[in-house]
Amino acid sequence: MTADVSRVSYRPKLLLFAAATLVLVLLALLPLYIDLYQIQLLTYGLIAAIAALGFNLLLGYTGLLSFGHSAFFGIGAYSVAFLLRDAGISLMEFYILIGLPIVALVSALLGYICVRHTRIFFGILTLALSQVVWTLAYKFFWLTGGSDGLRVARPNLLAGMFTFTGGGAFQRFISAYYYYVLAVFAICVVVMWVIVHSPFGKALQAIRDNETRAAFLGLRIRRFRWVAFLISGTMTGLAGILWVPLNGLTTPEVLYWTFSGEIVFMTLLGGFRNFTGPIVGGLLFTYLKTYAVATTEYWQLLLGVVLVLLVMLLPTGIVGALSAATAKLRPKEKSA
Amino acid sequence: MILLQTIDLSKQFGDVHACDRVNFTVNKGEFLSLVGSNGAGKTSLVNLISGHLAPDSGRILFEGTDVTFARIHERIRAGIARSFQIVNLFDALTVFDNVALSIFSRERKIVKIAALADLDRDVRREVLDVLSQFDLAAKSAVPAGGLAQGERKLLDVALAYALRPKLLFLDEPTSGVSTRDKTQIMDIVSSVVRAGAVTAVIIEHDMDVVFRYSDRIVMMHEGKFLADGTPEEIRANKNVANILLGAPLSA
Amino acid sequence: MSILIIQILNSLFYASVLFLIAAGLSLIFGVMRIVNMAHGSFYAVGAFVTAWLVGRAIALGVPAGWTFLLIPVGAAVVALLGIVIEPLLRPFYRRAEEYQLLVTFGLLLILEDVIHLLWGGLPLSADPVMDALPIMRIGGLVYPAYNLVVIGVGVVAALLLWAVIYRTKFGVMLRATSQDRRMASALGLNVGLVYVSAFAIGCFMAGLGGAIIVPTQTAVLGMGIDALILAFVVVVIGGLGSLQGALVGALIVSFVRTAGIQFFPEIELAVLYLIAAVVLLVKPTGLFGTA
Repeated sequence: MTADVSRVSYRPKLLLFAAATLVLVLLALLPLYIDLYQIQLLTYGLIAAIAALGFNLLLGYTGLLSFGHSAFFGIGAYSVAFLLRDAGISLMEFYILIGLPIVALVSALLGYICVRHTRIFFGILTLALSQVVWTLAYKFFWLTGGSDGLRVARPNLLAGMFTFTGGGAFQRFISAYYYYVLAVFAICVVVMWVIVHSPFGKALQAIRDNETRAAFLGLRIRRFRWVAFLISGTMTGLAGILWVPLNGLTTPEVLYWTFSGEIVFMTLLGGFRNFTGPIVGGLLFTYLKTYAVATTEYWQLLLGVVLVLLVMLLPTGIVGALSAATAKLRPKEKSA
Repeated sequence: MILLQTIDLSKQFGDVHACDRVNFTVNKGEFLSLVGSNGAGKTSLVNLISGHLAPDSGRILFEGTDVTFARIHERIRAGIARSFQIVNLFDALTVFDNVALSIFSRERKIVKIAALADLDRDVRREVLDVLSQFDLAAKSAVPAGGLAQGERKLLDVALAYALRPKLLFLDEPTSGVSTRDKTQIMDIVSSVVRAGAVTAVIIEHDMDVVFRYSDRIVMMHEGKFLADGTPEEIRANKNVANILLGAPLSA
Repeated sequence: MSILIIQILNSLFYASVLFLIAAGLSLIFGVMRIVNMAHGSFYAVGAFVTAWLVGRAIALGVPAGWTFLLIPVGAAVVALLGIVIEPLLRPFYRRAEEYQLLVTFGLLLILEDVIHLLWGGLPLSADPVMDALPIMRIGGLVYPAYNLVVIGVGVVAALLLWAVIYRTKFGVMLRATSQDRRMASALGLNVGLVYVSAFAIGCFMAGLGGAIIVPTQTAVLGMGIDALILAFVVVVIGGLGSLQGALVGALIVSFVRTAGIQFFPEIELAVLYLIAAVVLLVKPTGLFGTA
């Protein structure tokens, strides 16, 4: 007797939807119970989660490890700074509407070069190309502000409905911006979830698992990888766009290879084999970094040591380990 | 009607002539076995035809079109598919998803990015059809990496079959499998092939299997064709016996 | 004309250093099939250690001429570091490439910060070594003899490495292990010893690269990653795992860089990457690559 698999089971999807909605509601209510600083931190965490989510489409689902994602984050951030300084734009929606295509264009270009190669060379190329971007930002200091960076003032949100001037502007901005970022975060999660569960997403995983077989199924490997790269870079770039109004400043640091390393690290921390891994990793990493940087000057050393330990002991990350543990606890499902 | 034709197809690896000016013809609808000792060139020939390798010289014509230098996905589109001697599956994906991928690819639905794969009713139905034909329906939710060897072999074939190709190459579909599983696999393969009117070429070492299921047998030796005929003709061929048994038949 | 000669000498000088780094990287990849993301950091450690030793020696009153001996010492320290680290990396040779890259990347982060920890943010220099040698005259222009010594070191290193790999019993062991680890082990080769030796040699070369360059340019934080990327460009062009590739690649990269600095100073890096990209398009495994 075989199970009627032709009927789509909606139950797991509904449960998932319910759980996600619950989490979203909790996140929306949180600002009522925590102070301004914590709200800021949480916003940074959500932004990191978006960056990692984008990054993981490439690593977890396509099997390509990029060491150059700081380039996209940084280009997103600098686009906002340029739009403000050279075009006088101060509306957040414009930052996103104009910044995203810019990042997408750069992703498309860099992706075209990088996906012709896999594994080692891919990693090397992404690192090298992102360093080129950093060098350009650093060297053309009259354009980019060099190591001092560029300042970005508080933008207006929702087509000017929310502006932040006058007394208490900072507090109001932080609170409002949190919800703005939360909304974008929710959209990103939904978009990414649909992508990885689509035929395209399955194809990416197939290419990751067995490139030869995927080719013999008629899949155009390079094209799929390129599109994945494009989406991945664009989403990480979106994180950069969201980041700079909150930070108030963008510097070349955010283009440097160590920042790429942080993106890699947070994804590994959460676990790159699960959908929620990067989200958890991004949030957790933001908190860890804030407290670690306050404690020690040798933050990079700590990062490196923990990275090595993670790879040795917890390669599937926190979410991976948790899901493996709960799978053992759950009674085995009978095969029909 | 000739489906596939190779003209003086050659491939060399250093000093070894894997394929030495091979002129291979496959007729539509037949069940052909490609036999020969190890290193005879069978897998190389299939690799050349399927696009895994580029030939040194010669041409490959499929339905009259020159596909000698066509890319792999172009050959798949044209209707050539293959399975692998060493099983090649997407181990982390379920059996269901493995087959679904073939179908999505064939239907050009694979590029859909804004739709959930699970919700495509037509594809789901067809996946189940294929799985039933290959006796794998019970394992549809199991990751491919968790199947037994015989089932993995069947899935490997199913993936190629689900592409609904015109010409299907199966590279040693029964190797490394128990005798009982062998019969199961070959029964399924041959019934599925005959029902779907797919032309099949299998590389096989097991001569019992070869004689039982083939319409035509082609034997390769050191990159060249040694014999080509019906099972009866091959059985009577002394050269074949010599090569296969390693000793002359007693008169 | 003399300027041309100077530029050629500069290119050869730089090529020597690049060759040392790239050959080490290629050797480690050839034998263990891992790309050591921390390789540039070994180069940096070599530079810092040597500069620091030179500084201490001069402070202790050692005459500048003797400080030359500190160069191989600096390289040896890096080799020792490699010997300590390699066994920790060994469990990863068989794991998926992502994990190898991640673990060596972690090592990169660690080493870069260790350099920061040990020597602070201040650049270290080893000018006395260079100054100990005379300045030569080449057709009206001056050129330090030290640079010629560096070129010589590069040539000697290339020859020695070639000799070791292709003409000694140890070289046979290296090549056997690189081609088939299990078989080599089954034949009785001490694979672990081969691994450690290969890694140590690779690290020695990287460290030597840093040691011989530091008299001419100060050791600064971040030099490791710059060297890493250049070394990558070299092996991309020349082919990963090939000694000739490292040599040819180093020469190409070096000459292009010198020309680039002369004519397109701001974007000389971009010119290099462009060449790498072109080579990758035309011959993905590099000119002599085996990967």
